[in-house]
Amino acid sequence: MNRTRLWILHMAAGVVLFLVLGMHMAIMHLGGVSHLFAPYAGTADSIQNSLFRDRMPFFTVSYVLLLGVALFHGLYGFRTILFELTLKRAAERAITVVLLVVGLGLFALGTWAAVAAHGMALAGVKG
Amino acid sequence: MTVLDRRSNRLGVWGWLGGGRWGMERYAYILHRITGLAILLYLLLHIVVTSFRVEGIYLWTGNGFLHSPVFEMGEYLVFAAFAYHACNGLRLVLVELGVAVGKPTEPVFPYKTSLNVQRPLLIGMMFLALILVAMGAYAELIG
Repeated sequence: MNRTRLWILHMAAGVVLFLVLGMHMAIMHLGGVSHLFAPYAGTADSIQNSLFRDRMPFFTVSYVLLLGVALFHGLYGFRTILFELTLKRAAERAITVVLLVVGLGLFALGTWAAVAAHGMALAGVKG
Repeated sequence: MTVLDRRSNRLGVWGWLGGGRWGMERYAYILHRITGLAILLYLLLHIVVTSFRVEGIYLWTGNGFLHSPVFEMGEYLVFAAFAYHACNGLRLVLVELGVAVGKPTEPVFPYKTSLNVQRPLLIGMMFLALILVAMGAYAELIG
């Protein structure tokens, strides 16, 4: 994929993040007051409220979406900043490979955790 | 034939941080980068920490390592960084799409810059970011 397309994707990812991460931030940081998707007492990040959200497929899907989009936007942005230092080609290639491996690794970890947490939260309800 | 050296106009770290004569948009851009890097660092750690919940480890609650005023304050700063980065980022996308920069005109002296045309958008977005930061602070204090 050429750099123009990647840059357009970077911007599009930013707009998606504005919405999805905005929702995440509103729930986590304003949830103590609004109790949006945080029906139990205490803060929005309490264990009970976390399990409540983990039970809902909507949150599992939105976590995976958020994870992928945020990792792409963040790591591609970081790569752009590093490339502005006018590095040697070999260094640029090494940076790209390292960021790709880190991004894919964390995406796999986060996706596994979101799906597993959903299953465990559901099992907790049934059991 | 002259061969251009791609490293000849290199500014290094000063290229990142120096506002020079570019005015407030340049400093908005520098803050955009700093907040972006801070959010990225938080994101990488956040993915690992929240993945521990599969093992029943909630580091941010009860006696958890992250359940302390220092980390709570840090989380609020991440929220503030997000509010700024999101509002300024939305402005950048709008400007990139040609919104709020005015119509192209003939380059006749004295030249007009589109930076001045989009400045109300910058001020509006900064005001929106400020409202979000204040709302977050209020929620932290109440919650």
